[in-house]
Amino acid sequence: MSVQNINQKPDEHSVVSDEHHEDSFITKYIFSTDHKMIAKQYLVTGIMWAVIGGLLSLLFRLQLGFPESNMNWLEPLLGDWIQNGKIDPEFYLALVTMHGTIMVFFVLTAGLSGTFSNFLIPLQIGARDMASGFMNMLSYWLFFVAGVIMFLSMFIETGPAAGGWTVYPPLSVLPQAISGSGLGMTLWLISMVFFIASTLMGGINYITTIINLRTRGMSFKKLPLTIWALFFTAILGLLTFPVLFAATLLLIFDRSFGTSFYLSDIYIAGEALSNVGGSPILYQHLFWFLGHPEVYIAILPAFGIVSEVIATNARKPIFGYLAMVGTMFVITFLSITVWAHHMFVSGMNPFLGSIFMLASFIIAVPSSVKVFNWLTTLWRGNIHFTPAMLFAIGMVSFFIAGGVTGLFVANSAIDIQLHDTYFIVAHFHLVMGSASFFGFLTGVYHWFPKMFGRMMHRGLGHLHFWLTFAGVYLVFFPMHYIGMAGFPRRYYSFTGFEVFRTFVDLNAFISIAAFITFGAQIIFLFNFFYSMYRGRLAPANPWRSNTLEWTTPRFPGHGNWPGEIPKVYRWAYDYSKPGAQEDFIPQTIPFSQTPESNLPEETKLVSEGLPEVVGEDLQSKLKEKGK
Amino acid sequence: MEKLLIAISFGLFLIIIYLVFRTTTLISLISKGEIKENIDSSNQLNAVMMIVFLVGGMGLIFWYSNRASEHFLPESASVHGDWIDQLFWITMYITGFVFVITQGLLFYFSYRYRYRPGRKAFFYPYNNKLEITWTIVPTITFIVMFIAGLSSWNKITSKAPDNAVVIEIVGQQFNWNVRYPGEDGTLGEHDYKLIDAVNNLGLDFTDRASFDDFTALQLHIPKGKPVLLKIRAKDVIHSVYIPHFRLKMDAVPGMMTRFHFVAKYSTQEMRQKLGNPDFNFEMACAEVCGRGHFAMRFIVVVEEEEDFNEWYKNQESWLSKNPEYLSVVPDELKELAKKKAKGDEESTPGSTASLLENIYF
Repeated sequence: MSVQNINQKPDEHSVVSDEHHEDSFITKYIFSTDHKMIAKQYLVTGIMWAVIGGLLSLLFRLQLGFPESNMNWLEPLLGDWIQNGKIDPEFYLALVTMHGTIMVFFVLTAGLSGTFSNFLIPLQIGARDMASGFMNMLSYWLFFVAGVIMFLSMFIETGPAAGGWTVYPPLSVLPQAISGSGLGMTLWLISMVFFIASTLMGGINYITTIINLRTRGMSFKKLPLTIWALFFTAILGLLTFPVLFAATLLLIFDRSFGTSFYLSDIYIAGEALSNVGGSPILYQHLFWFLGHPEVYIAILPAFGIVSEVIATNARKPIFGYLAMVGTMFVITFLSITVWAHHMFVSGMNPFLGSIFMLASFIIAVPSSVKVFNWLTTLWRGNIHFTPAMLFAIGMVSFFIAGGVTGLFVANSAIDIQLHDTYFIVAHFHLVMGSASFFGFLTGVYHWFPKMFGRMMHRGLGHLHFWLTFAGVYLVFFPMHYIGMAGFPRRYYSFTGFEVFRTFVDLNAFISIAAFITFGAQIIFLFNFFYSMYRGRLAPANPWRSNTLEWTTPRFPGHGNWPGEIPKVYRWAYDYSKPGAQEDFIPQTIPFSQTPESNLPEETKLVSEGLPEVVGEDLQSKLKEKGK
Repeated sequence: MEKLLIAISFGLFLIIIYLVFRTTTLISLISKGEIKENIDSSNQLNAVMMIVFLVGGMGLIFWYSNRASEHFLPESASVHGDWIDQLFWITMYITGFVFVITQGLLFYFSYRYRYRPGRKAFFYPYNNKLEITWTIVPTITFIVMFIAGLSSWNKITSKAPDNAVVIEIVGQQFNWNVRYPGEDGTLGEHDYKLIDAVNNLGLDFTDRASFDDFTALQLHIPKGKPVLLKIRAKDVIHSVYIPHFRLKMDAVPGMMTRFHFVAKYSTQEMRQKLGNPDFNFEMACAEVCGRGHFAMRFIVVVEEEEDFNEWYKNQESWLSKNPEYLSVVPDELKELAKKKAKGDEESTPGSTASLLENIYF
């Protein structure tokens, strides 16, 4: 098999179906156990949730940007939630709560990790499917049920949960406190229980698959960075989501069974409650034990996807592969140790604040290293601006912009002023929301040809990128200014305070930018669904990439590879290797076929006949031979 | 009519996008008749756009930052606020520098190393020295920033000075309550089970320290003296936030939180300083607490020490305003309660000012 053979031209007849059994419509498209179909289910569901979450944000941006305007025209849609031409303040809180919940959990966790873990893990490690196809299917359907419950909660009379996506007690426990703490909150909790179960099932499957089902030669040192990222994401989810599960369980007990895990000394609605001995701070510790790693659960897959796409399109090896893996490991570990930096002003012991400040600064180190490595990967590259590459560059840009502001909030003294202001909103929307979402879009544009066998329209992809990229900056960068001025988040109106009134025009500007940015997503939706059916046929390897998934047929069937699964001989980043005929050498090409480009140690391996020995690490084999 | 025009404009926008899409698709089919390679003329355009975005974006940031700089952080009006601001700006300079350099390199490399036919990218998989260097340099920078932050944090969160004026702040949906300890300098006990329509804070009148406690409709504090806020909540979590003082601390039901500070300027001085005769220090709620979260505005009045003492001395105790609560005072303390409530207890030292010197936390 030569390098040139990999660069296949598109051909309808090259579609090889290796499906080993006939599937009905239901088993193929609904209750499918094929990881690729499940990935598509996650993808489409994630996109649907992103649209819903985005629309909710437009509603509250309307209120914030144009507090004096008459919004009676929304009455047919929102009914009683519009009062005298204004959004009801309580519904406003419900909007921000649902927006946060949907975006964090349903889009950036399930949509991103669910899609790409399912799609890429078997394809990039050389497996026929996940370790447990049935459990994989179950994980999607639990996510779907979680989504249905969350969606329904938006249509009940008292409204959905309304205490912020963090649902801090006592607000989330006491129905007297807010109408969104009634049935809406109960549904939120039930939905999260389903969601966590789904995430854990998925995570166990991903980890098991990566450890056990790698093809011959695919040692851990040869894993693509996407797989490493998804592996760490799954581990992180597995370690932290159960803690949120415990937190929600205790919350349910406090709400329904009269316990006092989080409640004490409360007088509300003219009544002194009997609860004593609990602490709302306990919930915060439990919540942020998941809540902070959740940031990394959202962004780690983006790290992997972006690393892969930058290397492919810069036509260069990813710079510092080991460091990239190492930093992801360190981030995974450290992300579990920084949760209380969200609680500097919660009343927690200030000494604890010092410890968590230190950990928060330390986690910035691996993040910095990643940025430098991406920059060096671009340096002296030969960059192809595919839409995926543009979004990858955009992701790095957002990660830098949002990352540097992390140093402000890591510093507990500065955080006193910035905590719970729009500075925080700006920070996490750039570093977690936008960067992760751009990672998601990078992945969609890059792997669309393998998912659907067709190409997305390049021009529309470019247009989508530039409008979204500029739009996101115009929405979130100005929020830093408002936050510095002290404007607290989740404020329905800010004109009552002289100190917050300064940036009225800027708030309107942000809202307009948000509407345009959302509008730009229509281009993506059109491109996505149109290309799915009418896009040009894709070559098997349109980006001339090295990883295993591009060695499958144009539109791989259940089982992924017809016949034998290919062996792996080299890492995934042999791009532009000196002496090579092409600027890429897929992982399946033995060193014996590329004598002109082999490095000295690789030449030595060839001379010793070792490269064909797969399943073992070449370096260790070399050392063994040297003894 | 306006809405119709917006709808039509939006529709036209979609049609234009679709036509552009169709045109480019047709052109590509006519020009090549087959699927194109990765690279087309758009590559050059996108590379140029990278530079345009870099220059335009940075220009916009610097222009607006300069224009809005006077509104960035509200004027600091507390001693520790100056420390926080100093840290803020040091962090801003460091991160601003890193931001400009890294974003500059990102967009410049994207432009400079755009695809060119016949060129091969540089095979450069690792450089240990370089990677170690850019691990160590940020580490040292972050450690320095951590030490600076820790020093301020420790000072801000240290125990309040013994002579601090103690004030209790209680958050509730959707209002703030403040309570002063009265002439004895000690806040009386409270119990949430004693709260009723009148005894809003659940003051416990079996404790003699409660007899002279008084409440106020604004938060009055003296300039230049340490003030200790004892913060609690009745119902849900609130957060005391006074932006000009760089002061924020959650009010949590079932526990007491604290924050101490020294105000640098009186309200009058701030009015002159800002050229705004209507200026007031404002307290807000920073933790979402329900429907009226956004409306928990409370005025903070900073006075010269003498004025504050005068104001303090003239306040009526809560008990004297609500004499019916004498009935819940234990019989043996009733006389003392009457005296203390009126402020004429014999043991009371001569002046409020001297009293305030002896208020202990």
